Amino acid sequence: MEFIRNFPFFSILLPMVFGPISSCLSGKTAKKISFTILCIDCILSGAVLAYEQQTGGSFTYRMGNFPAPFGNEIRIGVLEAFMALFFCAVMLFSLFGGISHVAMDVPEEKTNLYFIMINLLLSSLLALIYTNDLFTAYVFVEINTISACGLIMIRGWGRNILAAVKYMIMSLLGSGLLLISISILYGITGHLLMENLHESVVQIMAEQTYVEPLTVAIGLFCVGIAIKSALFPFHSWLPDAYSYSTCSSSAILSGLVSKGYIFLLIKFFYRVIGTDIIHQSHVDNILFIFGIAGMIIGSISAIQQTDAGRMIAFSSVAQIGYIYMGFGLSTEAGMIASVFHILAHAASKSMLFVSATGLSEVSGGNTFYRALTGAGYRHPFAGIAFSVGSFSMVGIPLLAGFTSKVYFAEAAFTASRSKMIVTLIALAISTVLNAMYFLRQVITIYTPARGLPKPEGYHMAKSMCAALVLFIVINVLLGMCSHPIFLWIRDGLANFS
Amino acid sequence: MSILWENYIDVAAMILFGIGFSNLLLQRNLIKKIIGLNIMDTAVYLFLASMGYLTGGEAPIVENGVVEAEKYINPIPSGLVLTGIVVSVSVTAIMLSLTIRLYQRYRTLDLDEITLLVRKEHNDGIYS
Repeated sequence: MEFIRNFPFFSILLPMVFGPISSCLSGKTAKKISFTILCIDCILSGAVLAYEQQTGGSFTYRMGNFPAPFGNEIRIGVLEAFMALFFCAVMLFSLFGGISHVAMDVPEEKTNLYFIMINLLLSSLLALIYTNDLFTAYVFVEINTISACGLIMIRGWGRNILAAVKYMIMSLLGSGLLLISISILYGITGHLLMENLHESVVQIMAEQTYVEPLTVAIGLFCVGIAIKSALFPFHSWLPDAYSYSTCSSSAILSGLVSKGYIFLLIKFFYRVIGTDIIHQSHVDNILFIFGIAGMIIGSISAIQQTDAGRMIAFSSVAQIGYIYMGFGLSTEAGMIASVFHILAHAASKSMLFVSATGLSEVSGGNTFYRALTGAGYRHPFAGIAFSVGSFSMVGIPLLAGFTSKVYFAEAAFTASRSKMIVTLIALAISTVLNAMYFLRQVITIYTPARGLPKPEGYHMAKSMCAALVLFIVINVLLGMCSHPIFLWIRDGLANFS
Repeated sequence: MSILWENYIDVAAMILFGIGFSNLLLQRNLIKKIIGLNIMDTAVYLFLASMGYLTGGEAPIVENGVVEAEKYINPIPSGLVLTGIVVSVSVTAIMLSLTIRLYQRYRTLDLDEITLLVRKEHNDGIYS
């Protein structure tokens, strides 16, 4: 059983090795290899989760067998293992659901390049989840950015390239801030491994030396991650990047890429700085304010959109706001709710992007929201999946989004009085706003349309239908059997510190 | 004031970081943005490298049997700078290649003009 301890390292290494190899393979072979690797990674992560479940606790895995503080480490606990499994599964389903569109949108000779990006992205996401070293995290953040940029621009339209440039500019600003923050932390502590950093930070706070540089470093780190994960005032790159790329790309970008950064921020809060010191530095209050603003303004922007793709993209801004609001509550329950919302949002938003593509494909490739009238009858699977996703985001019971909203509301009662009132009001307003644009779209796709028959010789792609069914299952599972997941998140977070 | 003079390298690094950051954020010309990106990254490397440097220290390679640690500079920041340079070279290459693609298509480097042209294309229904 000890052998399982090597699995997380293998699951990072495998896509990283086979990604570059697929540059000299044909598109078809690269596709097969990518799917195989994704499946293998799912199995490996599942085995790690089972192992963690049996042994409890966590372990660190030394790379190259140099002991700390010299060597590089990855750390595996129950939360990391579960996140890795979930990310691999969502990525597999997103890729599977949009595979017929990848063939349409990506030129034949470039298909293998697309799968390089997918492999690198998978590898960097897993590394962000597992890493125990801040500088390694920075390097993988950059790999993540580069591969995400590749996913955005692969379609090759003018506006894709523009969206990719805008994404890169904002992301690079964020990475610059991350890098300087890590440098400052290294300067005042002399460490890069998370445990050693934490010890030094506690010592700094006890002796009250270098408190200002520490606060600056925490602030810069949070702003850097906030820019990269599109928290409200920094979301300008998001709608173009999400809505114009091919459907697998949008699903993976919205569901996973920004979540990888947020998970790194959680590790930074718990394992590097410690939640008490974060609370003392008042960073959580600032995140709370911007999270609330994002929830409301993201939803209002989504209402103004006439394009279904852009509407879903703006809804992501609102959902990212929810996650940061949970951080801002600065209680354990708030953090658990945020982590659960990461899962709920990844499962629902990826499904919404895939199903929206299915709906537009039976409406002449148009994504204008009125053009989708009656599309739910023409593509029943996508119609049902879109409705389930919308209901989940609005917060209809039995679905993932509802459970996370319940957790948020419960968490609000553990926070201070003023935060509780603001949170509950913001949750209520944002739910109403969510309902306005999502239900409008659901009603439109189920309004019978005259004169728009199914295109001649059209067949629903089987892969898309299968992926959508799997997504629905995940959503319902997250909604109805949330308790074990809640326990994993709680134990994992408790293990972090 | 004297503390600024004593740490003049760090001060210079922070000023350069500010210049690079604001250029990357505010310039409309894509090439100037990329120059800003490079200034910003270089500022961080200056900051890191100065942190690991000891006056009179040698490169950390044992020569002539000298093994006292204080004779050598701290190698870790240098290692971080090397890694960072690799990252920033690859990112710069990607930005430049994207800029070439945009310039070939729209014959301008001004990001605002390109945005207008893209919007016009979108309104005219050009998808390619």
